[in-house]
Amino acid sequence: MTMRLRDPLLWASLALTALAALMPHSKPLFAALFPGLARPLFELDGCADLLAGHLLLVGASSGAAILLGVGAAIFVTRPAGAEFRSLVATIVAIGQTFPPVAVLAVAVPVIGFGFYPAFIALLLYGLLPIVDTAIAGLDAVPATLRDAARGMGMSEGAILRKVELPLAAPAIIGGIRISVIINVGTATVASTVGARTLGLPIIIGLDAANPAYILQGAIPVALLAIVLDLAFGRLLTALQRRRHSRPGG
Amino acid sequence: MVRNRILLVLVVTGLLASSSLAFLTVAPNRLVSGVPIGFGRVLHGWSLVVLVPGFVLALAAFLPQRPVLQAGIAAAAAGFLLLLLGLAGSAAALLAQTVPPVARISLGGAFWVLLAAAALALSDGLRRLALPRWALTLAAAALLGAVGVMLLSGTLDALAIHREYAARRTMFAAAILRHVAMVVLALLPATLLGVPMGALARRRPGVSASLFPLLNIVQTIPSIALFGLLLAPLSGLAGLFPALARLGLGGIGILPAVIALVLYALLPVTRNTAEGLAAVSPAVLEAGRGLGMTQPQLFWRVELPLALPMILSGLRIATLQAIGLAAVAALIGAGGLGAIMFQGLFADALDLVLLGVLPIALLALAANALFDLGIGHLRRVPR
Repeated sequence: MTMRLRDPLLWASLALTALAALMPHSKPLFAALFPGLARPLFELDGCADLLAGHLLLVGASSGAAILLGVGAAIFVTRPAGAEFRSLVATIVAIGQTFPPVAVLAVAVPVIGFGFYPAFIALLLYGLLPIVDTAIAGLDAVPATLRDAARGMGMSEGAILRKVELPLAAPAIIGGIRISVIINVGTATVASTVGARTLGLPIIIGLDAANPAYILQGAIPVALLAIVLDLAFGRLLTALQRRRHSRPGG
Repeated sequence: MVRNRILLVLVVTGLLASSSLAFLTVAPNRLVSGVPIGFGRVLHGWSLVVLVPGFVLALAAFLPQRPVLQAGIAAAAAGFLLLLLGLAGSAAALLAQTVPPVARISLGGAFWVLLAAAALALSDGLRRLALPRWALTLAAAALLGAVGVMLLSGTLDALAIHREYAARRTMFAAAILRHVAMVVLALLPATLLGVPMGALARRRPGVSASLFPLLNIVQTIPSIALFGLLLAPLSGLAGLFPALARLGLGGIGILPAVIALVLYALLPVTRNTAEGLAAVSPAVLEAGRGLGMTQPQLFWRVELPLALPMILSGLRIATLQAIGLAAVAALIGAGGLGAIMFQGLFADALDLVLLGVLPIALLALAANALFDLGIGHLRRVPR
């Protein structure tokens, strides 16, 4: 019980929920902190709404990136797709040198303002770390294990589902973690292109020189990133613990 | 019989893009979306030459893949790339004579897809040739040189992106300098702090256990949020100490941006230093001690040089990250190429966005190539 009470993930999640719930009532606090401001509280959108918008954008783009990224990694690690492996690796390596915000900036004039350019940019950029680590994870599965599974009469599909993917899971989840954290950041900047995320109070606050607005976006988004990172860390530990408790599993 | 499926996929992608997307777009002004000009419409007269390397590439997908063919593929891809650029420039120049001077001729989707396909075909051909590093560097320099000649000779002057550049030459040069300055100003303190911190973390597990979670949290926080969180305390400091404000310390400007970039750069530098030092084999250290080396001598002459490739790859991550984050810093008034990018973004002008984004991408690619060369050199030289 004492361990549970010192759990940083628990406290960070509680703090984020409390922040989202209490922000609409925090006007007196910000008015006291910044007495010079005519509008101390960002009221265009509620904090909870913006948090939901942020999560929707990151969730949708990361979900699509996971499907496509893991799919691509599976394809290039099969004999049928092995020829395309170097091409995919080149695209991933060059793509990752591009800053995520550059992808966002180019998507807007091509697609228009709003949710979709942000979604496409986050999807494309989010793919790269996932493909990268999923290929590495699938590669690290010992060939002897694959042969043993084949010897037991498992089909190629079953080997993938029951041997390769479970063994590669920590690497793949590590890649998803990197991708999601980058996307939380890019989604924040995406409010410059009309996506309704927690970046909106920051951008408007920077534009109007309103430090209260900036804090009302920056604190929840920083907390959101920390919560997600801690949650992925927890997931990885759980996976590793399960593996150690099942020898050879 | 298909012998090179990668090449085939690239050729088919190029064909699909050139038949369905615009090669150039012509807009009466910056605010209106353009009329598409297809690839077929710009192909006449000498410009049909561009089809020759294209045809060679399509044919090569079906031939036995010998080294001599790979060299041919690489040459054809490079030729296609340069001809494509020349074609876009000269077609834009021809179009410019038929439209009012305020009209904007921009590069379309087909151009970008063809360019990317040619670049990928080139890199795949070079990879299969397995050339030594110096030859690759030479090839890259030759290609960049050819593009440079095209830029200087005015071949690309009629394109809108060049017009955007011509309208703000001095500002553009200043933006590049400022962007590079931000990155360098952030990396110097990050290296001077991060390497000793990494060495300390390697020695003292207690330091490592409290340092890395902290740096990891910083790394997790979105850049614009960190800029925002630094804003209030920094402007508060500047308010308390006017002398600091005169030095440029405040919520807005280049200094808060650099401070945030240093904070982000610390994790990769520190982590890689600690990992690099941890990877030095105990046998080597033992041998050093056997030679009578003192602890500082051991550190400077054995541990640090052996850990250097790992430290450099940490610096590479930090540099690439800083180049991208410096673009976001334009939102807090730090200037740089991000300022041009956001100016284009808010004006919905793709050419202006590209004028900001392309140099950022080129800076990142150049930095990556330099680190590649440096690290490759260190790993090869016997020490």
